[in-house]
Amino acid sequence: MYHAKYIIPALLVFLAVVTFPFWAKGKAVYRVELKLPANQTECIEDTETMRTSHMQILDHWRDKVVREGERVYTNAKGVKYSMSLTNTCMSCHSDKEKFCDKCHNSVGVAPYCWNCHLTTPKGGK
Amino acid sequence: MDKTRRTILKLAGASALGLGTGSLGLLGKGIASAAPTPPTAANYNSPLHAKRWAMVIDTKKFDDALLQKCVKACHTIHNVPDIPTRQNIKWLFTGDYEETFPTEHNHFVAEKVEHRKFLMLCNHCTEPPCVRVCPTKATFKREDGLVMMDYHRCIGCRYCMAGCPYGARSFNFMDPRPYIKEQNPLFPTRTRGVVEKCTFCVERLAQGLMPACVEAADGAIFFGDLEDPGSEVRKALRENFAIRRKPDAGTQPGVYYII
Amino acid sequence: MLEKALRGSPRYWGLLFVLAAAIGLGFGFYLYQLSYGLTVTGMSRDVSWGFYIAQFTYLVGVAASAVMLVLPYYFHHFKAFSKMIILGEFLAIAAVTMCLGFIVVDIGQPQRMLNVILFPTPNSVLFWDMLVLNGYLVLNLVIGWTSLQCYKKDVPPPSWIKPLVYLSIMWAFSIHTVTAFLYAGLPGRHYWLTAIMAARFLASAFCSGPSLLLLLIMFLRKLTKFEPGKEAIQALATIITYAMCVNVFFVLLEMFTAFYSNIPGETDPMVFLFSGLDGVNNLVPFMWTAVVLGLGSLALLIPVKIRYNQNVLPYALIMLVIGTWIDKGMALIVAGFTPNPFEKVTSYMPTIPELMITLMVYSIGALVLTVLWKIATSIRMEKEGV
Repeated sequence: MYHAKYIIPALLVFLAVVTFPFWAKGKAVYRVELKLPANQTECIEDTETMRTSHMQILDHWRDKVVREGERVYTNAKGVKYSMSLTNTCMSCHSDKEKFCDKCHNSVGVAPYCWNCHLTTPKGGK
Repeated sequence: MDKTRRTILKLAGASALGLGTGSLGLLGKGIASAAPTPPTAANYNSPLHAKRWAMVIDTKKFDDALLQKCVKACHTIHNVPDIPTRQNIKWLFTGDYEETFPTEHNHFVAEKVEHRKFLMLCNHCTEPPCVRVCPTKATFKREDGLVMMDYHRCIGCRYCMAGCPYGARSFNFMDPRPYIKEQNPLFPTRTRGVVEKCTFCVERLAQGLMPACVEAADGAIFFGDLEDPGSEVRKALRENFAIRRKPDAGTQPGVYYII
Repeated sequence: MLEKALRGSPRYWGLLFVLAAAIGLGFGFYLYQLSYGLTVTGMSRDVSWGFYIAQFTYLVGVAASAVMLVLPYYFHHFKAFSKMIILGEFLAIAAVTMCLGFIVVDIGQPQRMLNVILFPTPNSVLFWDMLVLNGYLVLNLVIGWTSLQCYKKDVPPPSWIKPLVYLSIMWAFSIHTVTAFLYAGLPGRHYWLTAIMAARFLASAFCSGPSLLLLLIMFLRKLTKFEPGKEAIQALATIITYAMCVNVFFVLLEMFTAFYSNIPGETDPMVFLFSGLDGVNNLVPFMWTAVVLGLGSLALLIPVKIRYNQNVLPYALIMLVIGTWIDKGMALIVAGFTPNPFEKVTSYMPTIPELMITLMVYSIGALVLTVLWKIATSIRMEKEGV
């Protein structure tokens, strides 16, 4: 390789910079204030599961409903729910801006669910 | 952006009022009342099942008002936009005899048939060319014969539109939301860049309800299991002469027309 | 070898700058299309594919046509093509790049494009087209680059290159066959539903592609000291002549089947193209231009004396390229959608944004071609010591 003594260190520096967010963990705890539903205390699964896996659950729901025609979800406690983002999730979490967007915006993800799915089953906006 | 969208919505709403004051009342009350209740798990307790869903349209019973009532029922509950250009979206639509059955090159058709209008929709073919050509399985056929769209997976290549011999598919050339007059909050809209079409109301069948157009047609459309000799569709086909659109395309359409 | 692309005359840099500017301009329009959707094009519910897919189809032909040099050179040891062969392979690379570009600008959800690979669907011809096009791109890159490198270093090409070359010859036929299958297997699109679609595609590709290549090479000869050789030019002109004859013959076969059978589905699209249907006749002037240019080019190409006259040849080639481009790059797609499934006619013309985005993709191809040809000619000049 030509100029290996310049290129290899430069590559290493580049890799270090690119992977910086993965190895340099900060100490500050990530906190978001969410507006929780007033009339409900339990979500379809426990809070920890919802916090870490709601996207997988929704992805799973989507395939079940659209591709396999299954529309009912039974949770760990045996309670049944209709697998619907708008009609089930947003029935309780009625304020997208004070719930979904809070985390999504601060971690910089922009799921395109809302391009099609409405933000409330109650009509209006 | 948001502001302009709202203005367009207002405009669309105003023109809808202007155009459709007469027909607004035609819509069945149960279908799109102001504050609908979201279906829960209990609503899915008794779904309708079939080996092969099919539809028989008794075209003799249709006049303009009934046609419009059916189209409106379908387009309202499914949030189908009303776009005034040739880039429009249609799930359920109407045409005259020649448009509906272009392979029946007949002269001197009986006057009552010549002036009749016919409903057109996705035929939910047994051998759907749209499914054959789709490169991502975004459109697929269920075991009960429904040809479905997965809008999450569609890449918008429009190969299915070239493949469909019935013109049943529409592409979202633009964001459809500004063109939806009355939004049904319980049903999603579509997004720019995907293809859409009639689903035989799969979401209603799952709740044990008949498709919206069947309900709106007051007995002029039969819907049921083509493989069940006792079903309403088989009875209608036994007792009446019915034809299908472009049978020579070999797609085995699932929509029959009593002439 | 890439360093050859970094040193060039002001004219070379000027050309690159102009192309980059055209790409930038077109990209602005592409951003506009991305934010408003394909509504900015002239396409509609009835004519749901348009100018982009037509350019894609035409350029697959250009890419496949490299085989008209590769095949005589490797199968028949026709050594006169040795100087041009690398240029043909590099033109194929630029053409495939443009093909992929036209697919990307045509689809409604480009960010989901990889779904074609994530959910492979062997019953879709588009899936196979994606495979063969990308495969052809890789084959030409590997073969072209390796043989140029060996030429530069004065070593014989490695032994594994031969099987790859033979594979690429078969592959070239496959890319245009599969592209024809995109259209030829659809019920209800009568203009496309014909068994000789793939043969027609290949015939028109094997005359238009080499014509474009020869024109570009003659242009290159004006700009640089590159000399393709008289024998090579004459042989390629003869290949073009035969392919164009076959192409015209195939069109006439289609005409016969349509008009002798008199089946409306067969005749309607042809009537639409050549005299207009239901009052829509915006393609008619283009089609008759194509007829005049196509037959005119044959009149200049068939007599050997005129064909070998290098002052006349470029005009014959320009006529041929424009004529075949109208046939494939304008008429083919629209006529397939005419009349629509309800026997109605919807007119289609590309809009300004559509044309500007097309300009962007063509400029990207021209940029790739300029850089690749610059490398190839610089190395040849260096070796020949000119």
